[in-house]
Amino acid sequence: MPAVGRTLNLREKLAILADAAKYDASCASSGTIRRHSGDGRGLGSTEGMGICHAYTPDGRCISLLKILLTNFCILDCAYCINRRSSSVRRARFTVDEVVRLTLGFYRRNYIEGLFLSSGIIRSPDYTMEQLIQVARTLREVHHFRGYIHLKTIPDAAPELVAQAGRWADRLSINVELPTAEGLARLAPEKDGQRIERAMADLDGRIRESREARRRFRNAPTFAPAGQSTQMIVGADAADDRTILARADALYRQHGLRRVYYSAYSPIPDAHPSLPPGAPPLVREHRLYQADWMLRFYGFARSELEAIMPDGLLPLDVDPKTAWAPAHRQLFPVDVNRAPRELLLRVPGIGPKVAGRILAVRRHRTLRWADLARLVASPRAVRPWVATPDWRPTALLDRESLRALVVKPRQGDLFAPPAA
Amino acid sequence: MERVVLAHPADLDGFRQAVRRLVARRIPPAAVQWEVEGEAGLPLGEPVPPAEAPALRVPRRFADLAEKVVCHADPSRFVLLHEALVRVQNERHLLDDRADPLVDRLEAMAKAVGRDLHKMRAFVRFRELEDDDGPHFIAFFEPAHHILRANAGFFVRRFASQRWTILTPRESAHWDGQVLHFGPGAARGEVPSEDALEPLWTTYFRAIFNPARLKPAAMRAEMPKKYWANLPEAAHIPALVAGAPARVARMLEAGRAATLARLAETARDCTLCPLHEAATQTVFGEGPADARLMLVGEQPGDQEDLQGRPFVGPAGQLLDRALRAAGIDRPQVYITNAVKHFKFMAIGKRRLHQSPDAREIETCRWWLEQELELVRPAVVVMLGASAGRALLGRAVVVARERGRPLSLSGGRRGLLTVHPSYLLRIEPGPRAETEYARFVRDLELARRLTEAA
Repeated sequence: MPAVGRTLNLREKLAILADAAKYDASCASSGTIRRHSGDGRGLGSTEGMGICHAYTPDGRCISLLKILLTNFCILDCAYCINRRSSSVRRARFTVDEVVRLTLGFYRRNYIEGLFLSSGIIRSPDYTMEQLIQVARTLREVHHFRGYIHLKTIPDAAPELVAQAGRWADRLSINVELPTAEGLARLAPEKDGQRIERAMADLDGRIRESREARRRFRNAPTFAPAGQSTQMIVGADAADDRTILARADALYRQHGLRRVYYSAYSPIPDAHPSLPPGAPPLVREHRLYQADWMLRFYGFARSELEAIMPDGLLPLDVDPKTAWAPAHRQLFPVDVNRAPRELLLRVPGIGPKVAGRILAVRRHRTLRWADLARLVASPRAVRPWVATPDWRPTALLDRESLRALVVKPRQGDLFAPPAA
Repeated sequence: MERVVLAHPADLDGFRQAVRRLVARRIPPAAVQWEVEGEAGLPLGEPVPPAEAPALRVPRRFADLAEKVVCHADPSRFVLLHEALVRVQNERHLLDDRADPLVDRLEAMAKAVGRDLHKMRAFVRFRELEDDDGPHFIAFFEPAHHILRANAGFFVRRFASQRWTILTPRESAHWDGQVLHFGPGAARGEVPSEDALEPLWTTYFRAIFNPARLKPAAMRAEMPKKYWANLPEAAHIPALVAGAPARVARMLEAGRAATLARLAETARDCTLCPLHEAATQTVFGEGPADARLMLVGEQPGDQEDLQGRPFVGPAGQLLDRALRAAGIDRPQVYITNAVKHFKFMAIGKRRLHQSPDAREIETCRWWLEQELELVRPAVVVMLGASAGRALLGRAVVVARERGRPLSLSGGRRGLLTVHPSYLLRIEPGPRAETEYARFVRDLELARRLTEAA
């Protein structure tokens, strides 16, 4: 391991190892089992819903203390700030330092828990053991009942993975790049098939434990908040069609709770094979919207592919609004008769509003004023729906629909004054 | 007029008992005066005497809604709930009807309270105070609604093993490890002014922020400014936002400089054309990776070939003088050549310069284009016909096109002028001076174009 000139203090280490962790988008702390410290012995609680304790000016939330145990790494993945050949400053926490930081932050209500990842040092097993030691110390010694997310090293031994799942609420392995070619080019030392096998293995263990707990309430848990992964968008040539197809396969095959899309962000000392700038952040947003349509709105992948003839989701409108004009025969949707699946196809109506519409119309007929109270944006919904007192007369063409939904860009109060 | 006095602003039990009696006695909501003990109110009527609450339809949904709505700051919350309970007696499904204006209003109030509860769980920041009984964690929070009591259970479940106090302007909650009790309100100043771990927390906040994806509006939507006063990290937000563009620019610039250095490294082994065989070494471009002005010469000369740096021989010295005269700082300029190897004819010990031919210029554009792509100058000065050919892609006559802005690919401005070695070849005298002055004028124009770009 390269020598560090002088010993870094805790604050310097934290600055380096949080900086090194910020390219991981995941910060979720929801969906785990309920725990609390009402017995007076432990610290912390989880009550289903995650809490975002702060927001940074990049619009992302801070729910967990997201750090690396170390950013020394034996791998040389081009997209990664911590790759072996990067000139970034290096640091390493001791197990005890991470434990103290986590507990100290938690006691002050800064965080919901810990998301711990690490560069690979010495060997995958050694690295995994270190991560596990942090989680075990928190749980066993300090009776920590908050949330723990551990990054899983794909090549770690099965018994280590079993231990990680015992202490952690969530485990994750990043696929990083949506295609095998991308991985081969930018992360030649990572093995896509090994990553897949490791995810399949996690999925098996998660299901097994859930099954066991259905039968025996006190059966040990294994990552009760499931597994997630992350794909970097815009670092290689993969288009949205490819990315969504990969995500869809991951959800189906490995029972993932979440696939995170992280717009490639320029990193210090970038590898020359990477693009110099970032892709538009809105691309990441559109991917999440499309992901939601697949998982919660009942859209088939082929339906989404129809709105990306060139393989990319439109950036100026959301995917549902792009889809609707091409399916005019379905509109306007009669909100007093349409089944839930059809209501969900209306731009501006999501699962929550659809549920409210169904609840009201069980007892009476919805008029336009009623509907306008139920939805967030009556203007967006208006061209697509019919009520006894409202029916859109002329079906709008795509351009005027866009004008209706594309918000004019607003100036940013925080932007630095123009030079 | 009926008068109801509740024990505190979010007194759910008191409200529940009173409203049951009022509905049972068919007292219209408009005829009830709701008051909170300790808050000023006009003594209009007699307090409702306690009585057995008769059977009444109180759907589960109403109970859930009331639990939230009684915490709302709106003084009409009790009347509105009373109205809803009256209507529910005849309209069984009223509360399923989100489109009903009363239900919509109550749901919106419940949602606002729910958000306030959630934000309090998120934004309470404890500071640690050490006293005789050990550590005590103290926070000050300003809720928008009367939520302290409703939220205290959450903090007990989470922090059962530590002593804590949450102060708000109206009320305070205290947990001693065994018992929860409520006390009077307090001011922010009653919280310890420091905490040992807070500097680490703000360090974390600054380090986890990614300046390359600035979205302050998204941040403010979730963490409105009204909460900032009690968030130690919020003091750093303006500086993070203001400094982000410069941090990104520095990062990209550092990336470009590193890439440029690697490019120069690779060019050392260039064998794209036969010129490398006789030349001593590759002479690559030099200068800052974010230079706004780029000078392109023809090829390295004898001195440059030996030293490995562009424009260090006699022509370079003349160029330095002319740049100074034109008000240009050479260290700010990226200087390179159209061809990176010295082309010469050996006569005895002397090496006589030979102009590169079109094919050699074309081959060497491989490097020049990457330099242009990385440095992205606003203005490129072409020194002589070889540089002109390399950048314009055609034969040029310097005398005909010099001294006026030309467009280059990529939206750059170009300017053609003579090569300084041309000036060296003129006999000293008035003509040499005129030509030198013209050269300086061309460089001055380049400076002005760069400043205007």
